[in-house]
Amino acid sequence: MINEKEKEFILKELEKYENSDAVVVESLKFVQKRLRWISLETMSEISKIISVPVSKIESIATFYNQIFRKPVGKNVIKYCDGVVCYINGYKKIKNAISKHLNICDGCTTKDNNFTLIPICCLGNCDNSPTIMINENLFSNITVKSVVNILESIK
Amino acid sequence: MKNYFYKNEETHPLTWRIKKFKKPIFIDEYERKRGYLAFKFALKNLSPDEVISIIKDSKLKGRGGGGFLTGEKWSLIPKKNYFGKKYLLCNADEMEPGTYKDKFLMEKIPHLLLEGILLSAYAIQASCSYIFLREEYFFSKNLLEKSILEAKKKKYIGKNILNSGFNMEIFIHTGAGRYICGEETALINSLEGKRPNPRVKPPFPSQSGLWNKPTCVNNVETLSNVPAIILNGSKWYKNISKNNDTGTKLMGFSGKVKKPGIWELPFGITSREILEDYAGGMQDGYKLKAWFPGGAGTGILIEHYLDISMDFNSLSLVGSRLGTGICIAVDDKINIVSLLLNIEIFFSRESCGWCTPCREGLPWSVKILKDLKNKKGRIGDIEILEEICKNLSVGKTFCAFAPGAISPLYNAIKYFRKEFEDGINFNLPVVKNKISGIQSNNLNNI
Ligand code: SF4
Ligand code: FES
Repeated sequence: MINEKEKEFILKELEKYENSDAVVVESLKFVQKRLRWISLETMSEISKIISVPVSKIESIATFYNQIFRKPVGKNVIKYCDGVVCYINGYKKIKNAISKHLNICDGCTTKDNNFTLIPICCLGNCDNSPTIMINENLFSNITVKSVVNILESIK
Repeated sequence: MKNYFYKNEETHPLTWRIKKFKKPIFIDEYERKRGYLAFKFALKNLSPDEVISIIKDSKLKGRGGGGFLTGEKWSLIPKKNYFGKKYLLCNADEMEPGTYKDKFLMEKIPHLLLEGILLSAYAIQASCSYIFLREEYFFSKNLLEKSILEAKKKKYIGKNILNSGFNMEIFIHTGAGRYICGEETALINSLEGKRPNPRVKPPFPSQSGLWNKPTCVNNVETLSNVPAIILNGSKWYKNISKNNDTGTKLMGFSGKVKKPGIWELPFGITSREILEDYAGGMQDGYKLKAWFPGGAGTGILIEHYLDISMDFNSLSLVGSRLGTGICIAVDDKINIVSLLLNIEIFFSRESCGWCTPCREGLPWSVKILKDLKNKKGRIGDIEILEEICKNLSVGKTFCAFAPGAISPLYNAIKYFRKEFEDGINFNLPVVKNKISGIQSNNLNNI
């Protein structure tokens, strides 16, 4: 269920644009922050607020990879699989995370604490390898440091 | 080598204000260091046409990868305001693997971008601007938001700016993670809330862009160049470069180099100079095997070309592109086929899927590269890859994504064919003549 605060935010966003379609992405992201994913119900609620057909909202929601169509964990770990991180060994880092949390790509831990997904270059190549957890960027990750980071978040 | 480490306003228009590497520059410091002077000067003394002609004369080229002349782009925007509104969009959807220049500018000196936007908007008489920012750049977003508020307080943004009659609003719009949004017309579609497929041209955005209004899309680094040109003149701008491309460019090196990073350097410097003098050369135990001039979508080159001058023309003459100008070093421990597999997985994941050659060709190349990497390639695989490259080259697809996606592959086969051949298992049956144009998009076992 979308709450009042979210509704207010969406209506306020509308002022920035010439049509209401333009707020779809922002609305989805804002609601997703709390609900952790976008369900069909969420989409139809947004549709009612901004009068954009659900089908249109869905076509957008399925296009962008940061709009989640199934629930994710409390903390979303994005590991960069860009070419520089490849050169600097992101695979080892990714494997260390997978092993430590016992999850695969796109999966969520049983306690719903972590979800692991790949992401393209985070623009932090000079400090590669890089991962991002929620809104925090971690630089020059090693197999050891990544485990410490995960532990500190638990 | 001329040393460009010691910055001053004359030689480093983008970065001279940044002294301490940690802290971003906010409005007080920015103004102390001659910030917003160019904007105030232009509002008072220059007509929009005069601003355009200065930028035209400076020969500033777009820094987003395409390299189109900025002044020319601006002059395509209709002068009269037939449509009620014009838009200036700032492309900050930086996602090219291996690139971190726009983020650098937004995180260190956000007001420079804002001043650039204001000046450019004044030139084309736009009254509204969106900064299309990549979602993951949270830090940039916070800084830009803060900076916009600061600038509003000083009346640089808003209605009747500094009593000049010029109105301007700047909004931040964040994306949701698709590389294709960096394409000019896809960006417009995305902003409008449509699926970000590129648009047919014509009509060009300059005539009918965002909400069918005249629209100009410029990259962060391009816009950040504008204030200094207005302040110091186009002649000065032409003189700071070492060759025909004018001005400076953020260039860098990443990979297994000693000091990966980014520097503001004049066009015409060689990549060897950047690698050795600025990035400190390769790390101990690693040798340079190949390099990319400007992100993963530019043709891979071998060491032989390190002495090439870093500019638009020279690099295209040797079968690559300047792209974003941020180089990537590939060291001798990296297998080229595996590297290309990484790159093509990225591109096949990010294709918008609008046109067949790109949607089908890239996953197919991924499949073959995967086989080659696992030494399960078949005779004929390399030829199929070459055919894919041909079918995705310039002019064969709807937008420039596909040619960018296969140019590293094309060059890699050219320079490292042996490594591709090493992936072929001669015991497997030949496939080439059985395929003849039927495309496989079996991605199941990547
Ligand atoms: S070339 Fe690729 S990215 Fe560009 S329009 Fe075609 S499918 Fe989309
Ligand atoms: S490639 Fe990983 S941050 Fe750029």
